[in-house]
Amino acid sequence: MSFSRFFRTLSLALKSVMLHKLRSGLTMLGIVFGVFSVIAMLAIGEGASSQAQKQVLELGATNIIVRSVKPPDETSSSGQSGQSFVLRYGLTRKDLKVISETIPPILGVVPVRELTQEVRNKQYTLNARVVGSTPEYREMNHLKLAQGRFLTDKDLDEMANVAVLAHETAQVLFPFENPIGRPVQIGNRAYRVVGVTQDRTASAAIGGSLSGQDYNKDVYMPLPTLQSRLNTGDLFIRRTQGSFSAVSVVFDQITLKVGDTDETTDDQNLVIPTAEVVRETIRNLHGEGTNDFSVVVPLELLRQADQIRKIFNIVLGSIAAISLIVGGIGIMNIMLATVTERTREIGIRRALGARRRDIIQQFLTETIVLSGTGGLIGILMGLLTPTAFVGIQWFVDAYVMDRSTGTSDIGRLFSGMEPQIAVWSLPLAFGVSVAIGVIFGTYPARAAARLDPIEALRHE
Amino acid sequence: MPVVARLVDLKKFYDLGAVVVKALRGVSLDIPEGDFIAIMGSSGSGKSTLLNLLGALDRPTEGQYILNGRDTSQMTDNELSIVRNTDIGFIFQSFNLITQYTVLENIEVPLLYRPGYPPITARDRNRCIDVANQVGLGDRLDHRPFQLSGGQQQRVAIARALINDPAIIMADEPTGNLDSKTEEEIIQILTDLNNEGRTIIVVTHEPGVAKKTKRQIYMKDGLVAGEGVFPG
Repeated sequence: MSFSRFFRTLSLALKSVMLHKLRSGLTMLGIVFGVFSVIAMLAIGEGASSQAQKQVLELGATNIIVRSVKPPDETSSSGQSGQSFVLRYGLTRKDLKVISETIPPILGVVPVRELTQEVRNKQYTLNARVVGSTPEYREMNHLKLAQGRFLTDKDLDEMANVAVLAHETAQVLFPFENPIGRPVQIGNRAYRVVGVTQDRTASAAIGGSLSGQDYNKDVYMPLPTLQSRLNTGDLFIRRTQGSFSAVSVVFDQITLKVGDTDETTDDQNLVIPTAEVVRETIRNLHGEGTNDFSVVVPLELLRQADQIRKIFNIVLGSIAAISLIVGGIGIMNIMLATVTERTREIGIRRALGARRRDIIQQFLTETIVLSGTGGLIGILMGLLTPTAFVGIQWFVDAYVMDRSTGTSDIGRLFSGMEPQIAVWSLPLAFGVSVAIGVIFGTYPARAAARLDPIEALRHE
Repeated sequence: MPVVARLVDLKKFYDLGAVVVKALRGVSLDIPEGDFIAIMGSSGSGKSTLLNLLGALDRPTEGQYILNGRDTSQMTDNELSIVRNTDIGFIFQSFNLITQYTVLENIEVPLLYRPGYPPITARDRNRCIDVANQVGLGDRLDHRPFQLSGGQQQRVAIARALINDPAIIMADEPTGNLDSKTEEEIIQILTDLNNEGRTIIVVTHEPGVAKKTKRQIYMKDGLVAGEGVFPG
């Protein structure tokens, strides 16, 4: 088919479609909404998955995170310790030593101990998360410094009484002065502030395995310092409403780095087997049946998220397929009516020399123009989804948000979502809508072509 | 005069299951080039069937219809379409214009279906305008059928019938829906075309129309019942 003929057929079809604007518009609606919902849903899914991916990458695709978990049954672990009032659980120095020295792919370990403590500068106080760790902690959590420096190996060796404040901690404790070089009081000792980190968005919880972290109310100090000053004898004593509770935990978390470079496939392949070995090793050290630790593999979470996204896409695809089929049936219905209505015109064209295939082409093109235009409109609407979401989020923020807590279920639902148009879905959606036109246009077009020219000319 | 169309013992039967209707029972006819024929007869006489066969809208059950030297009786649907497009120009009683098209676009319709689908050139378009001028529609090119009177619509149909330069112009009751004054105008156009050498077949039951033709054929019960030539 030559270009000029194609163009002619197309303009003929457009003319016919434009002749009944309302009818054509209504006929397209099925396809419009089908395509729109596919693109919008895929965008939401894509957004969610890329967000999950970002979080996982933040945790490090080649990292293994081992965390201490407070056992659900307290008596078993306290019985083990022999001190009934001290809760003793979690990762130990022995664990750290064994893991870092006996499992070859592990190239780096970052142990962490966190305590919630009151931090004070003169009259300003804040209940902060005091984190004892190593200099690598900064890189691992993608912390950036606003001023000063982060912890150094020297701080660790010297067990220096230094602290790095997070953005908000610094603002609360030192509203009017530069905190660098000033002391902050934690417990009954003073620590010199050596650095302040930049504002950092909190990380969200992932799949229940890791809780979200708000990095802005932190104080970082060398791990040995924390262990010797605040967590003496690995014992942390908390006073709550006049009674004491003691918890003995050496490390809250040990992050293991596998491989040497970031995100090469070889290293990633090592991650999951290594995690398995780590899990076995710690289980052996802690004794069978203890569950006071958990191993989280970000890569595994990433794969789980991918799996969920695939299932989500399949479900969406089926729903979209149904709505597109319904749209297609609607188009076929209208085209059959159109053929009946235009029987006379078909007869005239046949009498003037139109072959059967010319008639088929004419009506098929018309159907495809209908479904294709519907698809294009659907795509345009779909492209507006992210913008519409901003509007919805604004609305939720402004009117639905619970002012007292600063949040609400529905608010959280929407603020967590950031739809991202899946670029591949656009040509796919258009292709599918054209295909719908072909599939559901063939029967009416053939019915039109089968008409006997004499009968058709006689048709009133 | 060379023969444009020859009908040899043409028969058309319609099998309606219970009965077989013999619409044409053997018609033989020679149509020389430049002829102007009126086919007359009461309804049921078979003149519509004959018209359908002459217009290559249908195939005979038996017999031959040789148009421009080619037998149409064994042609496929596609071939018949091409014959209708290139050799025949139709004029209908109810004009049969495409309502959503302008005058010019209506005249162009047969050009859309030319064999090989050549593109419509500026030359083709000029020809459309020439033909429209010839039938007196030069100032109505972008009007739509509903904006035209019956006579004007029939002129469009005539222009459309002329555009592919057909061997025969088939007119089925061309003045049936027109008043007598317009009827005269349309018949005059047809007469003029005949005078230019075009072969025209008119199906009519109006003696006033038949009187203007060169030759009249009377159909009855599926046969040619008589032939007459009006004097003058």
